[in-house]
Amino acid sequence: MGEKIATRAAYGKAIVALAEEYPELVVLDADLASATMTNGFMKAYPDRFFDMGIAECNMVGVAAGLATCGKKPFVNTFAMFAAGRAFEQVRNSVAYPHLNVKIVGSHGGLSVGEDGATHQCCEDFATMRSIPGMVVCCPCDGNEMAAAVKALLDYEGPAYLRMCRLATEVFTDTVPGYKFELGKGVTLREGKEVTVIAVGLMVGRAMQAAEMLAGEGIDVRVIDMHTVKPLDTELVIKAARETGCIVTTEEHNVIGGLGEAVCACVSENCPVPVVRHGVEDTFGRSGKAEEVLTHYGLTAEGIAEKVREAVRRKNG
Amino acid sequence: MEQKELHDLALTAARLRSMAMDEVYTAASGHIGGSLSVADILTVLYFHAMRVDPKNLKDPNRDRLVLSKGHTTPALYAALALRGFFPAEELGLFRSIKGHFSGHPDMVNVPGVDMSTGSLGQGISAAVGMALAGKLDKKDYRVYAVLGDGEIAEGQVWEAAMAAAKYKLDNLTAFVDVNGLQIDGATADVMPSEPLDKKFEAFNWNVIKADGHDLAAIAGALEQAKAVKGKPTVILAKTVKGKGVSFMENNAGWHGKAPNDEQYAQAHAELTAVIEALEKEGK
Repeated sequence: MGEKIATRAAYGKAIVALAEEYPELVVLDADLASATMTNGFMKAYPDRFFDMGIAECNMVGVAAGLATCGKKPFVNTFAMFAAGRAFEQVRNSVAYPHLNVKIVGSHGGLSVGEDGATHQCCEDFATMRSIPGMVVCCPCDGNEMAAAVKALLDYEGPAYLRMCRLATEVFTDTVPGYKFELGKGVTLREGKEVTVIAVGLMVGRAMQAAEMLAGEGIDVRVIDMHTVKPLDTELVIKAARETGCIVTTEEHNVIGGLGEAVCACVSENCPVPVVRHGVEDTFGRSGKAEEVLTHYGLTAEGIAEKVREAVRRKNG
Repeated sequence: MEQKELHDLALTAARLRSMAMDEVYTAASGHIGGSLSVADILTVLYFHAMRVDPKNLKDPNRDRLVLSKGHTTPALYAALALRGFFPAEELGLFRSIKGHFSGHPDMVNVPGVDMSTGSLGQGISAAVGMALAGKLDKKDYRVYAVLGDGEIAEGQVWEAAMAAAKYKLDNLTAFVDVNGLQIDGATADVMPSEPLDKKFEAFNWNVIKADGHDLAAIAGALEQAKAVKGKPTVILAKTVKGKGVSFMENNAGWHGKAPNDEQYAQAHAELTAVIEALEKEGK
């Protein structure tokens, strides 16, 4: 069992660790430094940290201005406010001029827990991936997050990075041959009968589901699709051809996220059954993170149920 | 300012107005009223105050201008063409599918544009970011933002105003082109913005009031702004929407409308008469 760390915590460490190597990195926050975990950077590099107050729209615009002067700004707030409230600033001030700003949305999905629906953003993949030229990335564990931060520092252009509040087990560091590359999914487990394409928190649960289903004699492939956009269509098509059916799973509305991206790719290139698993077009509610996830079926068992359905359809 | 420079600036402003009118007439769309009100401000900035070099577009030490009231693109593009960033003839493709001069400022495709704008309230934030970068890098460039008085209703303007004061951005000067009109009518009726001076003072800005059509006064205000340390400056420039064309002046209907052939002929005649008089006077 690997250590448990939230991707937001891994992010907070990564930006500090990479600060010397990337002197143009500057960090902006909107009065949430202790929640987005930019507070370590704030303490270590106070001259390169800007607390813009509770004013996300301005923060994104300021980051755009900094980027025109050669800085590499990472803008931090909750996913809800980054991809929701400041959507139009991201579109018009950052993405339209293709500026090198990284929009970092912490507290993505239902695993926010107690704060409830107002803060449980399940629409960020949808809004961000609808913007031309935006990269949309959501790492599945702390190890992947550290790699993603470095990759995003090396990538010139606008990108959205979603992180999770809940501490989860780190496991990608023990996957043989694991390599992070933006826009390239990682096959974490080989399988011939069905493929689960997962993102973020759901990747670990997909691995658990695959283990459970192996006991039932279902051979499941698991792909960690950390980059929702641009989608690794080659890997998706290969999975469709080789396994004949797909389940997608995400801590996001089934509308507009990874599931729909995979559906579009599969239906255009290699039609096979695709079953989407995620938040069923509903708002979240308060509760402890695991309780909320369980309430909405975002569990290994929830994924397994969709896998059985996909296999039935394929064989039906 | 010397009389010769003042005369030259007046001539440049007159040409700029005429070019902006030509752009809108040729495109048969665009925002002429606010372009005419902001013409003198842009003239003093690009031809007197700003350190820019059309041959060195990406100079990290250049002064920057963000047209936060981005819809008055015809005036900005005319200023950039006159300043030598691209040939004036190219403006015949303003808003055309055949060219790259989009309806609102585009920093990717139009040389000399420092920030893509057009969605009101956003430009001033980018200007704050540029000024912040200047402080961070200990560079001495100055950043200018030009806002409309209707735009002031956007909450983001005040978010940016707070941030500029917090970071003591004395390298940032904003203009508000106070022409008193917006699409739906008088700013005083649509969403009263006054007292602008007291508002900006309360946000810890240095406030200067100037006649936005008095070239020497605009230049003087910019000099004063440069001397102020520890806070950003806003120049509240009182202007006339549609300035220079008799039937467009103080008429909200000319916010975003192109003149027909007859109206253009009259506007062109009025603007050309000013150019010719100044040319004659200069000889």
